[in-house]
Amino acid sequence: MNGETANMLLAIIPEIGMLVLAGTLMVLDLVWHAPYRRLGWITAGGVVVIIALSAAFARPGLAPQLIWGGMLRLDDTGFVFRLIFLAGAGLTALFAEGNENLDRHGEFYALMLVSVFGMSLMASAADLVMLYLAIETTSIPLYIMAGFYIKDQKSVEAGIKYLLFGGMTSAIMLYGFTLLYGFGGTTQIYMLAEQLQAGKVPLFALAATLLLILAGFGFKVSAVPFHFWAPDVYEGAPTPVAGFLSTTSKAAGFAVLLRVMVAVYPTQAQLWMTVVGVLAVVSMFLGNLLALAQKNIKRMLAYSSIAQAGYILIGVAANSTLGTTGAIYYLMAYLATNLAAFGIVTVVGKSVGSDEIQAYSGLSRRSPGLALGLLVALLSLGGIPPFAGFFGKLVVFGAAVQSGLVWLALMGLINSMIALYYYLVVLKVVYLLRSDVETKPLPVSITWKVALIVCVAGVIVLGTIFYPWYTAASAAAAALF
Amino acid sequence: MQFPILSVIIFIPLVAGLAILLMPAGRRDWIRETALGAASLTLLLSFIVYVGYDVQSGGYQFTEMVPWLPALGISYHMGVDGISVPLVLLGGIVVFCGVLISWRVEDRPREFFAFLLFLGTSVLGVFCSLDLFQLFFFFELAVFPKYLMIVTWGYPKTREYGSMKLTLYLFVGSMVALLGVLAIYFGSAARTFDLLELEKAGFPLAFQRMWFPLVFFGFAVLGGIFPFHSWAPDGHVAAPTAISMLLAGVEMKVGAFAALRVAIMLLPGGAHAWAPLVLALGVVNVVYGALIALVQTDFKYVIGFSSVSHMGLVLIGFATLNKEGLLGSGIQMFSHGVMTALFFAVVGMVYDRAHTRDIPKLGGLFSKMPWAGVGFIVGGLVSMGMPGFSGFIAEFPIFMGAWQVSPWVAIIAITGVLITAAYILLVLRRVFFGELPAEYLRIEDVSVQDKVAIALLVVIMIGIGLFPSLISPMVQSGVNHVLSLLGGA
Repeated sequence: MNGETANMLLAIIPEIGMLVLAGTLMVLDLVWHAPYRRLGWITAGGVVVIIALSAAFARPGLAPQLIWGGMLRLDDTGFVFRLIFLAGAGLTALFAEGNENLDRHGEFYALMLVSVFGMSLMASAADLVMLYLAIETTSIPLYIMAGFYIKDQKSVEAGIKYLLFGGMTSAIMLYGFTLLYGFGGTTQIYMLAEQLQAGKVPLFALAATLLLILAGFGFKVSAVPFHFWAPDVYEGAPTPVAGFLSTTSKAAGFAVLLRVMVAVYPTQAQLWMTVVGVLAVVSMFLGNLLALAQKNIKRMLAYSSIAQAGYILIGVAANSTLGTTGAIYYLMAYLATNLAAFGIVTVVGKSVGSDEIQAYSGLSRRSPGLALGLLVALLSLGGIPPFAGFFGKLVVFGAAVQSGLVWLALMGLINSMIALYYYLVVLKVVYLLRSDVETKPLPVSITWKVALIVCVAGVIVLGTIFYPWYTAASAAAAALF
Repeated sequence: MQFPILSVIIFIPLVAGLAILLMPAGRRDWIRETALGAASLTLLLSFIVYVGYDVQSGGYQFTEMVPWLPALGISYHMGVDGISVPLVLLGGIVVFCGVLISWRVEDRPREFFAFLLFLGTSVLGVFCSLDLFQLFFFFELAVFPKYLMIVTWGYPKTREYGSMKLTLYLFVGSMVALLGVLAIYFGSAARTFDLLELEKAGFPLAFQRMWFPLVFFGFAVLGGIFPFHSWAPDGHVAAPTAISMLLAGVEMKVGAFAALRVAIMLLPGGAHAWAPLVLALGVVNVVYGALIALVQTDFKYVIGFSSVSHMGLVLIGFATLNKEGLLGSGIQMFSHGVMTALFFAVVGMVYDRAHTRDIPKLGGLFSKMPWAGVGFIVGGLVSMGMPGFSGFIAEFPIFMGAWQVSPWVAIIAITGVLITAAYILLVLRRVFFGELPAEYLRIEDVSVQDKVAIALLVVIMIGIGLFPSLISPMVQSGVNHVLSLLGGA
């Protein structure tokens, strides 16, 4: 084995680690039959080890580097996104542990890790073939996870719905990839732009590939009009899975969106900035306006998640280092925030047996800690300091102003106002309304407490101490331009 | 390195609030004693800053600066000038009195006192900010304590409506201001949020004229500017007493202060262009607010609209852009803050005992609660601008300044003061004098904590009225700096 191969192997050590961990969990599930196996903790612990491994061995150099025959690109973007995915997976594993229907089946954790493996490759893929394979590797376990409660019709429906939508948009996106290959004669993402320009490909053909590809990416990030799956899947899927879908999987979608737009369409920037900007506006408005009417908190969070995708798309549309930095920072903030929100929904849902917003009446009397956690999460989603969402919004809106898209920033601001309303309504239910069971304490297991505290602390740290996260996001952004 | 007194002032309430959240819910004694301890310490330190501020040298003092996010030109930059020092003291006073007044809160006191202290951190943070990002950060920090405190502990009939109206109104204002803030940031060559740097940025006149209204009106919504004032009476009435005191007493000043600090001081050319409109709206605030107050039958709404009216005077003072007007505004922010805190405290005391705020049903309460009655009388005299009280020291320069711009403005605004005298005297007679209704024969006098709060607020208003030199030179030193910026445009 020569030095170069060794280096390339080191670069994918984290991915190897994910597969090893997934395999280990499958084996453990088969041979270990104790009532409390703590598989969630094992997964979370393994994730921490993988984070350490990737920090120790898979650090990208100063200049981005193509490895494995141009299949992957070792750069800060892939590195930072991988950390985001791992954080999401570790926390989701903890939230899943308290949930007997998930925890009893060890393959749940293995599936999740395979999905994260795919995401990790998505974020560093530098070749269309690799990218497509990575997206499918990510998606297929997610379909199964969404339908994991096989005895619950809603969950199965969610799984099938997600599969059908995913399969369709994936096919459309693949068609876009083939057209790109046809026009450019290469599948290398970082050579396509040059080839397309040299080949004098007409604008409408490029626009067509752009729209086809956006269908696939738009599905992943749940942007309008590719969002139809989101509310039903979030509502039906196991709550920790919904949290995972809305944060980690969305982040993976943004990773490829950012990379492909910037790398493949640099000369059509005006075009895709406008298209992405329009997607952002419709996502924000539709998500927020429909969220206003929701009675079920998971559906509300689903629509809110569509709107949040809209805010992040503003950062993408800015097509600048600042905008991309903002989008990545936003994704980090959103990860901590939404995992906290879904975590609390998991906890409350298990005790109360309902995900209706009305079921949160009296929560502040029943469990002041959970109420405060929900307060932090919802206000962060609403963009109120000192929580993470505030800074994320500020940077993406700022980037829009910087890129001359003042109208887009204005749309974002208008939507922030609409959104604050429905977040506050939930808080009103939590703090003001009474319920018959409000004196009965609400049990929260240690595992859930740890996971919730990590999420809430993350929201506050990301919202007050910007420097380390901003620096990471900005390095990840710089590697794309 | 000197002792970071401003940071300590700001973070004491925050840390105490967090500590309170960790306490067992049943220990109301621990909770409120911690809150009172923190509020006393904040008050003491803000008093030390007030005394320690060197009026002769002026400028920004007690400055602290730590890079926060250098990549974006954000720093943690604290400092106070002659305009903000009294406001910091005001914040300390009102938080302290707010804790005293809320001594008997029974429903979830832990959350109540913690959120109250968080609100204190927010307002004090704005007054001390010398970085635009930081200012906005603290400004927005107030959103959730305000909303939750009104909706949870507010007046049951209107709290849901009042809290949501207030929060969304103010959030819209701050989002509009944010757009202006971003424009200022990207318009500055230095790409910094530092206010001292931005003061020197010298934005092109067209830029200033374009963005001034967004920033000014965005922030001034919280200052209660007409026609965006209607959140104020509804919100104040719906809020629990301590929050009404903080909202009308301090938060409205936060709005006016931010409008001054960001819009007028950074965009002086825009201020000159838009001053006539602000002046006109300020006059409407004064007269219209007073007229509406005159016809209210709800005790608390009278005070709510009187705040709108008095904040109009602050806006008039700003819009004169001259020495007298700005000086008056600076003092008025302090004087009105103390006065309205006292008014709302008295209203709260009356309501807690009589269980109604309907003025026709009240009467003769002076004999039952003389402390509250005296407090209301002093507040009323301040409100009417009577010489010997702080209101006179504040309002007289504002009218002088307004006269220089246009005598008519001064004359119309002064009619507002006459109407104020009318509604204050009417309310005073109907609530505190006349015949005591039979059902109130057994009500108790106010508590010791209430008396301390009343006494403190009354002493301040009379003290400043008798010795204007306690505050005037200080505000003057801050105004001089504003004038130098305005002159340079």
